[in-house]
Amino acid sequence: MSNQVDNVVSNETLLVVNDVKKHYKVNLGMFKGDANVKALDGVSFELQRGRTLAVVGESGCGKSTLARVLTLIETPSAGELFFKGDDILSMGKNAAKVLRENIQIIFQNPYGSLNPRKKIGSILEEPLVINTKLSRTERKLKAQAMLKKVGLRPEHYDRYPHMFSGGQRQRIAIARGLMLEPQILVADEPVSALDVSVQAQVLNLMMDLQQEMGLSYVFISHDLSVVEHIADDVMVMYLGKTVEYASCDELFKNPKHPYTQALLSSTPRLDPAQRREKIKLDGELPSPLNPPTGCAFHTRCRYVKEKCVNQQPELLTDSGCQVACFAYQEGRI
Amino acid sequence: MSELNQQTATISSPAMKTPLQEFWYYFSQNSGAVAGLIFIIIISITAIFADVIAPHSPIEQYRDALLMPPAWVEGGSWRYLLGTDDVGRDMLSRLMHGARLSLMIGTLVVTLSLGFGVVLGLIAGFYRGVVEVIIMRCVDIMLAMPSLLLAIAIVAILGPSVFNAAMAITIVSLPHYVRLTRASTMAELNKDYVIASKVVGARPLRLMFITILPNCLAPLIVQATLGFSTAILDMAALGFLGMGAQPPTPEWGSMLASALQFVQRAWWVVTFPGLFILLTVLAFNLMGDGLRDALDPKLKD
Amino acid sequence: MSLLEVKNLTVEFGSNNNPFRAVDSISYSVNEGEVVGIVGESGSGKSVSSLSIMGLIGYPGRVSADELCFNGKDLLALSEKERRAITGADIAMIFQEPMSSLNPCYTVEFQISEALKIHQGGSKKWRRERCIELLEMVGIPDAKNRLKIYPHQLSGGMSQRVMIAMAIACDPKLLIADEPTTALDVTIQAQIVDLLIDLQQQKNMGLILITHDLALVAEVAHRVLVMYAGQIVETGLADEIFTHPQHPYTQALLNSLPESAHGKERLDALGGVVPGAFDRPTGCMLSPRCPYANEKCQQPPPILGEPGRQVKCFTPLDKTGKPQ
Repeated sequence: MSNQVDNVVSNETLLVVNDVKKHYKVNLGMFKGDANVKALDGVSFELQRGRTLAVVGESGCGKSTLARVLTLIETPSAGELFFKGDDILSMGKNAAKVLRENIQIIFQNPYGSLNPRKKIGSILEEPLVINTKLSRTERKLKAQAMLKKVGLRPEHYDRYPHMFSGGQRQRIAIARGLMLEPQILVADEPVSALDVSVQAQVLNLMMDLQQEMGLSYVFISHDLSVVEHIADDVMVMYLGKTVEYASCDELFKNPKHPYTQALLSSTPRLDPAQRREKIKLDGELPSPLNPPTGCAFHTRCRYVKEKCVNQQPELLTDSGCQVACFAYQEGRI
Repeated sequence: MSELNQQTATISSPAMKTPLQEFWYYFSQNSGAVAGLIFIIIISITAIFADVIAPHSPIEQYRDALLMPPAWVEGGSWRYLLGTDDVGRDMLSRLMHGARLSLMIGTLVVTLSLGFGVVLGLIAGFYRGVVEVIIMRCVDIMLAMPSLLLAIAIVAILGPSVFNAAMAITIVSLPHYVRLTRASTMAELNKDYVIASKVVGARPLRLMFITILPNCLAPLIVQATLGFSTAILDMAALGFLGMGAQPPTPEWGSMLASALQFVQRAWWVVTFPGLFILLTVLAFNLMGDGLRDALDPKLKD
Repeated sequence: MSLLEVKNLTVEFGSNNNPFRAVDSISYSVNEGEVVGIVGESGSGKSVSSLSIMGLIGYPGRVSADELCFNGKDLLALSEKERRAITGADIAMIFQEPMSSLNPCYTVEFQISEALKIHQGGSKKWRRERCIELLEMVGIPDAKNRLKIYPHQLSGGMSQRVMIAMAIACDPKLLIADEPTTALDVTIQAQIVDLLIDLQQQKNMGLILITHDLALVAEVAHRVLVMYAGQIVETGLADEIFTHPQHPYTQALLNSLPESAHGKERLDALGGVVPGAFDRPTGCMLSPRCPYANEKCQQPPPILGEPGRQVKCFTPLDKTGKPQ
């Protein structure tokens, strides 16, 4: 693995996502016609080698859709994806191959993401069987090496998923994601189904692997304290749109968008000194079937003005951060 | 790797069972199912070795012993343990050879309908859209007709024989397998492990048969066991109506039918084939119940 | 006198000769107007212990206790009928999954007034008015028109509000909340916790808050019980426990929170997992994972400290976080 570490060129941009959209048609029932649900409505970001981008938001904000679009489980309705400068979506059939060798995904629920009827060995080897011409013994060696790398033992090769605890399963899921030696790992809420102490083990493992293999992570989570710990950059999403995109330090020290502020203040804190003044958000996330006009957040925002109801704020760059809010742009916050 | 991870790894998991051991543990809890399994094993052995075990040939007619009662009844003979029928054939030998036919037909019907049903169901569940509509509407049409009537119609077209009857029963029992497979395929299709396989590039055939199918097998195995008993019953019914096995082939259903007129004088010619059908079907149903308990994770918790 | 007094409560599952103790002789008390947090990882027995107080442990579980007193009455000595009169009215419970805790076949009004009908009776008109009052109390806007809606028309947060309305319908003295916010989003979680604490203060209820979220407990609870593998390993005032944990497990839990790590360092994680039904160690339950374990820990540890601040460990940690 040492040659891989040498290869790490810092600041090399691996992935560029440009204005990606995913709209679903939803049938409302007979005679009512179709509705267009904008699960993902124009999201852009860049990911450098060895960095971690966290995507934060509540359920229904489109963060899981983003994960599925990045791995081409869903094809985006519009927008561009560049991997190392190559436009992936225009590559046609090759796109899938390029992507799967470089971008892999781990899922939230470690109980659902491993095939219950397969041994760990064949789960780990499946990517190799499909994508490489390695012999059976080579595959086995590779799988066992990977098991060791994620902190399991080579004997576990012959066991079934139900013999493992949640944390161990998540390790196996990570191992499977790494079998093709991808450069980017999309992690969709990888620790939210785990207990606190196990969560710490998995987070440590992810950070170790990042250092060892120079991985980049797209880390999707709703848990801000985890994000604060692991992320380099943070993107906050609300109803399919980015509302704030900033470096981790900046975002947690100085949140600019009212939604980010509310999220931070609602997160319970152990340390009384860290607790913020509670900003109570009324109401719930609006239905994506019937999104509000103007700024999507205006129904729950305490800085709302008439302009917010009628116009959509753009994501504007200001001193290294991007914020989509009229109140901030006008200096009202 | 770090110390921490090694520490995790050395904490050994408790004694865990392989899926097969676990299955047997749950299955053996159900005494009815085990009894059914034992009966089926005995019947199968009898059927396989019928040539060796049977005291007489199933078609040889002993003219000196017409309608002889079972050995323990007055007038019976130990030469013919369960008595003889109206043309002097040994009942026990005919039942043993009949078991061979019934089990063979059961196996044939279940294998064929399971095979075709699984393929059609997987395709319908996996591809959805037009393909699904076509397959499922055909299935609905077949389900709309009484199954035995449909089977009789098919045999009437193909001509009465054991093989044609088996084909008819296969076609009739196909819809259940298709529906079952489609439903479980659709349930599995959205699970994360299937998506994970997709992300590493698995093609549709691999997804269908290697990733999804093993996880749909539990309800299918149960249905197949129960289907076995339905096949035997349907075969007996067709045989009874003269649409199945033709004389002198020994078959439980046709044995019943041909002996019907002697019901008043010689109870044994009707009772024993009936009893065998009953017991075999019961055994398969009991085993099917046990399989469901053992294989269905929802009932396990 | 305290509202709830539990002494040596044990819940066992499995066969008589080799029982699995999901809850292993725990003792604690809850006073009126007090918020007690029970924290622990999954499998620590925190939910089972509260279900046993509600009398919701069915076959094959067995509940035994030296004392299980609510408001001066011994719950275990009561008949089934008398006990039902208390649980649901004086002790109420809300659950983790609001969506599946409501019966999808009946309207919100029907489900709330069911509890009223059983415990308080009253006319139909009175019950309806009380329903509206309750729904308004839990912050459901336009309560009058929401009476006739079905659970599937409610979001997760709203369902949890309805669950709370059902729980407080009969003015309980003790409310047990089992992971009430785990299934909800952060902003909704904050709303629900605010609501619970508001109601608790208004009605001067005792509140048992069961959760795995240490930070949440740190913010709202007065006293905290830390559970591990069926046992209470540490009790004390919330501030004390979170600033100076005395049990190695509490310390490890706190250290494994990403919040405790400064910057992008490794988290101080405890190796291994909570022991399950088959692999419980002898002696101290934590001993295989404990960084401070020695030979002594093969024996069951004593309970040290005075009432109000106790720890189940041979060598409790001092203020510097080192074993004494």
